[in-house]
Amino acid sequence: MGSASPPKGQRQPSKARHTGEPQQWCLGGALLLGLAMIAGFILLLLWNGLGAFFPKRVEVLELADGTRLAGEIFRKERIKVQDSGLEQGKEPSGVRLLVRTGNFDLYNEDFKWVPEGKIEKRGLPPDIWFVERLEWGPFVGFVEKLTLNGRELKGEEVSPEFLRNAQEEGARRRERMRGLERKGLSRVNQEMEKERLLLKRAARIYGEGTQEYARQKRRYEWLMETLSARYKELEGELERLRAEDSRTTISLITVDGKRKTLRLSEVVRMYRPNELDLLARLKVYGSRWWEFLTQEPREANTEGGIMPAIFGTFVMTVIMSLLVAPFGVVAALFLREYARQGFLVSAIRIAVNNLAGVPSIVYGVFGLGFFAYTIGGRIDSLFYSERLPNPTFGTGGLLWSSLTLALLTVPVVIVATEEALAAVPSSMREGSLACGASKWQTVRYIVIPRAMPGILTGLILAMARGAGEVAPLMLVGVVKMAPELPVDETFPYIHLERSFMHLAFHIFDLGFQSRNSEAAKPMVFASTLVLVGLVAVMNMVAVIIRNKLRKKFAEGHF
Amino acid sequence: MRGQAQQVEGKGALGRDTGGAMGEKVEEFHTVYHPKPGPGGAIIKIESFSLWYGATQALFDVNMEVERGLVTALIGPSGCGKSTLLRSLNRMNDLIEEVRISGQIYLDGEAIYGSKVDVIGLRKRMGMVFQKPNPFPMSIADNVLYPLKVDGVRDRAVLEETLERALRAAALWEEVKDRLKENALKLSGGQQQRLCIARAIAGDPDVLLMDEPCSALDPLATGKIEELIYELKGRYTIIIVTHNMQQAARVSDNTAFMYLGRLVEYGETARIFTNPIVPWTMDYVTGRFG
Ligand SMILES: Nc1ncnc2c1ncn2[C@@H]1O[C@H](COP(=O)(O)OP(=O)(O)OP(=O)(O)O)[C@@H](O)[C@H]1O
Ligand SMILES: [Mg+2]
Repeated sequence: MGSASPPKGQRQPSKARHTGEPQQWCLGGALLLGLAMIAGFILLLLWNGLGAFFPKRVEVLELADGTRLAGEIFRKERIKVQDSGLEQGKEPSGVRLLVRTGNFDLYNEDFKWVPEGKIEKRGLPPDIWFVERLEWGPFVGFVEKLTLNGRELKGEEVSPEFLRNAQEEGARRRERMRGLERKGLSRVNQEMEKERLLLKRAARIYGEGTQEYARQKRRYEWLMETLSARYKELEGELERLRAEDSRTTISLITVDGKRKTLRLSEVVRMYRPNELDLLARLKVYGSRWWEFLTQEPREANTEGGIMPAIFGTFVMTVIMSLLVAPFGVVAALFLREYARQGFLVSAIRIAVNNLAGVPSIVYGVFGLGFFAYTIGGRIDSLFYSERLPNPTFGTGGLLWSSLTLALLTVPVVIVATEEALAAVPSSMREGSLACGASKWQTVRYIVIPRAMPGILTGLILAMARGAGEVAPLMLVGVVKMAPELPVDETFPYIHLERSFMHLAFHIFDLGFQSRNSEAAKPMVFASTLVLVGLVAVMNMVAVIIRNKLRKKFAEGHF
Repeated sequence: MRGQAQQVEGKGALGRDTGGAMGEKVEEFHTVYHPKPGPGGAIIKIESFSLWYGATQALFDVNMEVERGLVTALIGPSGCGKSTLLRSLNRMNDLIEEVRISGQIYLDGEAIYGSKVDVIGLRKRMGMVFQKPNPFPMSIADNVLYPLKVDGVRDRAVLEETLERALRAAALWEEVKDRLKENALKLSGGQQQRLCIARAIAGDPDVLLMDEPCSALDPLATGKIEELIYELKGRYTIIIVTHNMQQAARVSDNTAFMYLGRLVEYGETARIFTNPIVPWTMDYVTGRFG
């Protein structure tokens, strides 16, 4: 490679060009600053997000005043001496620890600040358990006894191995009960509601005195009878399962001697944090991520998973893209290809560009007022009048959210598409027209395919913007906790009227609306990481498609 | 000596007129005609055709008859309106806003300018090949069959037959028959231009309009295209714009010399290049012009 570099003497002038130009330094510095900020942000997200679920050790602390507490040491903080005011003398070191003690049901808090100076003894007992529960957050303490169908097991009998098996069985029972509630009982309920609405509709159409109505009513009563019987049957089964379940309990005891007994099926996961080797730790870590990504949230969203939010974000973004693409492309096509270029078109263009700068909450208000209340209300009164006063489309929902965001992002698509259309060489259009193609055929066969990469770039930008938008969505259909997913296996599969959960809103909710922001913090970071990852993945797919198209249009060699 | 004097005078008249004002000298101006008649008579009749791009006039009262089945070359210095005239024949100038015309052009006796004229049908009767090859970003086969696609032809047999016929006619069949599904942009420049010719032929037009089809090609590819034009003669009426005198002399039957938007001399190619009647033509074809 040495021969490739020019001799030293010749290099001098080019070097002079690179140095000493302040503008260049400014530009380079600005770029570097921008990159550093992005890299810092991503690193912060990765560090906090990926670390959120790693199982920490549980320390038992004995304080000077005799209290004992156990928990994960969350972080250390140096406090200024004057801050602590009256207690100045008692805290010589000025360092305090944030301990995640768990046991919210017993202590009424699950985080505690402990001044380091007050700690007398610290220990890592191997037989302490970290128990994640369905309710009340984690429990930290020891296992006292296990009750299996009235038989009590204590001490040596309760080996970790045995406990794990029993717990897994409890989890299976829990799943079965939940399945019965969700798939069985609520399905029967839905069926009943549907029949009731059908009867109501029949009353409206035929009138209550008519023969047709009487026929419908007989059918309804007969169906109700069968459905109620089915309901009773399922309820009985559920009752049996519950009774069986309640006979299997676990009794726990905290380091300061408080007791708690709960059904074993209420335990989500339990492990001995101080005994785990790295592999076992990673296993816990993996299973927590799995739960996070595939389960529904619990405890006002601060625990469990975010699957509905991921799903809602994904479905909403996809529907938004499906809506915004034709809107934007048609508008741009009209502006660029069909409209007579003049004052009016320029004015429209400027208006569209300015639309991109309107605060997004304004779109939310518009979406609620126009889409949900006006259009949705009209749809309800026309097609769903038997359900009134309960709104179907007349309130926020998936469709209105997608439409609102489509409106919000359509300027991006229009601008990008117009540019892409303008970049299609006129020789292509002329070639097509000279072949006897009509204007529309030329647009359809030549211009649009050729402009597709540019159009996709616009869509990618729109998607990225839409997926992270939260303010307007709060008004038009995103909720803290949605009972059902917007897509499921009951007809018509995609329920556009349902409200849904959204990752960005979920993050806001976790960070600012939960009872304990400290407990929610890891979840906030993990959710943010998932949101960024989701947007990145969706964009990546679009970029791959675009690059495939680009390759196709690359000019040949001459 | 007399001719020399005439030339100076005439040039002056033309030169003064490009500003737009029609001096009386121009009314005295007459195109000289001595075209070789084709076997089928005239296919295109251009009658006192003038064209304006906004305020500037690009064509001045052109009268011309193009013979059926012959090759007609359009020559003249750059900017004299050759492309404009060619594009007027299939109304490609409609795409440019602010173009106005006067006069009329007839194709097979039917006027092509008028509000009721089917422009798309007209363009289908005139294949066009552009200066720079402009294949579409699709497969070779799709490129050639594009005129049929816009016509809505679906019959496989017809498509396959047309594909082979057009590619053979454009002398490209042997080179691409094994990669018809490949992207056309992968072809070389000369192949791309022949592909465009195949595309122009595929719609089975009556007339082929070629605007400097060889200007982006090397001599070898140019030779191939010239051969092709020679082969296509008789089957199609061909009008070709070229800056290459030898090329015009080799391939065409009749040649039209244009200058500053006017048709100066239109006649048999052999005569135009050896013994033209108008002295400017002589100067132009011998390279003494300007
Ligand atoms: N789109 C246009 N708008 C305005 N004027 C134009 C346009 N196209 C051509 N002209 C003008 O019309 C005149 C004739 O142009 P034309 O392209 O027909 O010349 P040409 O003979 O084909 O030249 P060349 O040999 O360089 O291709 C030129 O003076 C040119 O400036
Ligand atoms: Mg030209």
